[in-house]
Amino acid sequence: MKLIDALYKDAPLATRNEITPKLGFLLTILLALAWLIPFLWMGVATLRPSSDGINLMAELMPSLKPTLDNIRDAWEIGDFPRYFLNTTIICTGILLVQFVTITLAGFAFARLDFAGKTPIFYLFLMQLMLVPVLLIVPNLSLVVQLGLYDTLAGVMMPFFASAFGTFLMRQAFEAIPTELEDAALIDGASLIQRIRHIYVPLSLPSFSAFAIISVTSHWNDFLWPLMVINSPDKRPLTVGLSVFTKTAEGTQDWGTIAAGTLMVIAPLLVTFLIFQKRFISSFVTSGIK
Amino acid sequence: MSLAEPAALPVAASAPPRLRVAKRFTSRLKASLPAYLLLLPSLIFLALFTYGAMGRVLIDALYQRATPKAPLRFVGLENIGAVLGDPAFTGAVVNNLIYAVGTAIPSIGLALLFALALARTNVVTSALRAALFLPVLIPMVAASALFLFIFLPNVGLLDHYIGGLLPVLPNWLGDPDIALYAIMIITIWKNAGYYMLFFLAGLQAVPEDVMEAAHLDGAGPFMRLRYIILPELKPTFLFVIVIATLNAVTQVDHVFVLTQGGPSNSTNLVLFYIYQQAVEHFDVGKASAATLLTLAALMALTALSFRTMANREGGP
Repeated sequence: MKLIDALYKDAPLATRNEITPKLGFLLTILLALAWLIPFLWMGVATLRPSSDGINLMAELMPSLKPTLDNIRDAWEIGDFPRYFLNTTIICTGILLVQFVTITLAGFAFARLDFAGKTPIFYLFLMQLMLVPVLLIVPNLSLVVQLGLYDTLAGVMMPFFASAFGTFLMRQAFEAIPTELEDAALIDGASLIQRIRHIYVPLSLPSFSAFAIISVTSHWNDFLWPLMVINSPDKRPLTVGLSVFTKTAEGTQDWGTIAAGTLMVIAPLLVTFLIFQKRFISSFVTSGIK
Repeated sequence: MSLAEPAALPVAASAPPRLRVAKRFTSRLKASLPAYLLLLPSLIFLALFTYGAMGRVLIDALYQRATPKAPLRFVGLENIGAVLGDPAFTGAVVNNLIYAVGTAIPSIGLALLFALALARTNVVTSALRAALFLPVLIPMVAASALFLFIFLPNVGLLDHYIGGLLPVLPNWLGDPDIALYAIMIITIWKNAGYYMLFFLAGLQAVPEDVMEAAHLDGAGPFMRLRYIILPELKPTFLFVIVIATLNAVTQVDHVFVLTQGGPSNSTNLVLFYIYQQAVEHFDVGKASAATLLTLAALMALTALSFRTMANREGGP
């Protein structure tokens, strides 16, 4: 309890002498440690030599003779560089097109008055209610009809327009003082020039928040690429990892599964640990994904 | 542009009223043109993959093929009837309801506990928040790969550490009575840190001086929680419940990796059923009917929550 007292020294005066909040804090610490166990096992199992045998596989104490064999095996069995490339192409492609569509639409809703503004706005809102994940069946048949089955473009296309992104940019653009635009108007700047040189540079924090949400969600997407992609060399990381896991499960090769999982999630974890604050605030703004 | 308008006015004023209205309408459309052009790229993709998809689900649900190669035949509501009469679908709906309630309540409860404990910002609380948030970031497929070993019978992590406390070692993913609850643990582990963020944001709205005053008046921690904090968090609760429900219907990657809906359909969820009908049985009619029913249920729920949320100020 001394430790908890020390951690509680900057609590508001009112709660410093109460036991209940401290117990809640203690419970949270224990749960946070429990939350880390799968990650801990992943790290320990990755470095465990196969000579330790299956009975030591569940030990959370690291092996005294760590090895990189599992990482090498995972690297050789799975086609991870290819999966990384595919996922990177998918996420970048989606994000670049989204930047264009949400900037233009967000500007129209923020700064232009036009016939049918309210109904069209509700049309956008509907996308949030329709839960795109559930529309996989009709969208798969459309992708087949468009000749995009088994292509990365087919994986990307349904996400090119984003209602959430449009709302986010509309909010950002509305916060920019109109005086700036008026000045540019006097200088004879066209609509696109005004968006490009005034609105976009002043909304970079919103763009970065959107980029974090968009990339994380498409990096992790599984069901849709599983349906669209058939060729092994076009698999994204998630689909690749599931196939890899299936194969290694058959041979009871748990160290290799841990190593493969580690390779897939390491880039995300490292990026998160570097930009922690930005990630968390983006996720809070996202709300409705 | 604005300088040219007065010159046109006398003509418009002398025209018959109907023509004037028409003229005003066309000029408004003309003025709207730039906005339409800006919206066009978004609207094309929304039309193809959202509204169009919705329309196609409606139509596809009305047709059926006798065999995968046979021509389409109009069957009206037969597909809907077939889905509602399919024990696999009704089973999936029941599973999904258990799954939704059984994941939402614990993860939201834990999220509230985490947020209350970690509301103050310092090095320790930031580290704990990060630890609890990590599972949110990783793909569900990766989480499933890790839990595959955690749930492994006899030698797995769970049996290794707590197996001795149980009368018999359960086959976590292989026992139809347990498997659904096992995959629920993964979901709770993955989502609690996400919902925690919304509660942390909501807690910032609770005024510190009111809390201090309540404490001086002798209100204990539970009284303050009940009468000050929870009322303040009501909108956050509503919001998080909606997100948790949507997640319960859309997150099924762990079913694909861990159980394939089994054993004996005990972990079959609605979206997995839709996938099976479309991709494994090539039954687009039945898959569309199931999609339609699920969408209708979710849209009703979301519309309800949007209406409730429209009445609240700010929030996440």
